[in-house]
Amino acid sequence: MKLSYFPGCTLKNHARNFEDSTLFAMDKLGVEAVELDRWNCCGTVFSLSADDLMRQVAPIRNLLRTSERGDSQLMTGCSMCFNTLKRANHRARANGEDLARMNDFMYDEPVDYAGDVDVLHVLEVVRDQIGFDAIREQVVKPLEGLRVACYYGCMLVRPNEAAIDDAENPRVLEDLITVLGGEPVDFSHKTECCGAHQTVDKPEIIADKTYEILGSAKAQGADTVAVSCPLCAFNLDHRQEATLKIHSDFHSMPVVYFSQLMAIALGGSESVLRLDLHHTPPGPLLTGKGLL
Amino acid sequence: MTVSISRDRINSGFTAKVQRLADQNLMACYQCGKCSAGCPMAAYMDIPPNQMIRLAQLGMEEDLLNSEAIWLCVSCMTCNTRCPKGVRIAELIESMRQIKLRARQDHLQVDEVSEADLRAIPPIALIGSMRKFTS
Repeated sequence: MKLSYFPGCTLKNHARNFEDSTLFAMDKLGVEAVELDRWNCCGTVFSLSADDLMRQVAPIRNLLRTSERGDSQLMTGCSMCFNTLKRANHRARANGEDLARMNDFMYDEPVDYAGDVDVLHVLEVVRDQIGFDAIREQVVKPLEGLRVACYYGCMLVRPNEAAIDDAENPRVLEDLITVLGGEPVDFSHKTECCGAHQTVDKPEIIADKTYEILGSAKAQGADTVAVSCPLCAFNLDHRQEATLKIHSDFHSMPVVYFSQLMAIALGGSESVLRLDLHHTPPGPLLTGKGLL
Repeated sequence: MTVSISRDRINSGFTAKVQRLADQNLMACYQCGKCSAGCPMAAYMDIPPNQMIRLAQLGMEEDLLNSEAIWLCVSCMTCNTRCPKGVRIAELIESMRQIKLRARQDHLQVDEVSEADLRAIPPIALIGSMRKFTS
């Protein structure tokens, strides 16, 4: 199966571990992710103003690049890209007048966007197109004894028109971890916001959030927290140093991408995991469980 | 907190402007408080979300536009998902940020972000912050 693929900016630098492990897992599962030739910034955050159509043009242009290839589906792994692309698409589809105006802004494009591309998150491809049964058959190194708290954050489950699962109690990541042979750990903070872009000028708030979220996972006996958003990953992992400065009883904990756990279970080598990009190293935990 | 309300304030046009920018009906709110109960940033806000809505209904422009609260909201959409009246609170708060930003009153001074932070913080965080906090 071939799918058009939108990486987004952060998967090409800070979150190389996310991209490399995702592409490895997709390849193992028979999905050829074909990166768009000329992708541009997704816009990062969805513009919420009723009159601000100009800021919808960046995400829509990527959908136009997809339909130009004759494709009707665009897959992305970054939760923020996914959310922004899907909501811009939703707005374009829900309001023909808005779509016409967006197309007017893109006067340099030879064809108009017709609203005909579906935006998919990697987890939707995993659940709905590949299927958990097919994944189970490909597992060569089950995540035995690994207790994983699955953290969804905001962008995979809110708002309703962008959600890939239930807003209050999503299950897709837990189902995936189970299929990979790991042990999902339920915890209270799985859809609680990490503080997002406040990390730039209010890192002390992120420290509180990291303390609460990882503390809640730890209290339920989790070894690690699995994420799908490079901003959540940065806040929960790289802000652990700041967290410890404010909360002296904080216990650090490795944070991984769900795709890295897929790559391990599907027989990926350490090179696709890019563990060098983590702040709190997952190496000792994974080695201890016999997974490296 | 003592708040003096007046017909002039209520009719000032601020309420209508916020509703127009957000494409929302502020008057649908019946103050159940679910938005503030679930808000991950409420503990840091000088005005919690349900009170922001009430003040906006009353046209209290200065209190809202000079608050820290409008900049603390990260658009996580928890309030929107839980509002029993279908009010999109995040859009209403965004419209108040937009009123400031469209008057070139930035919240984040990009040139004050250190070189070390620019290198360490991933682009989605930096761009997200600039999109939310600068004009």
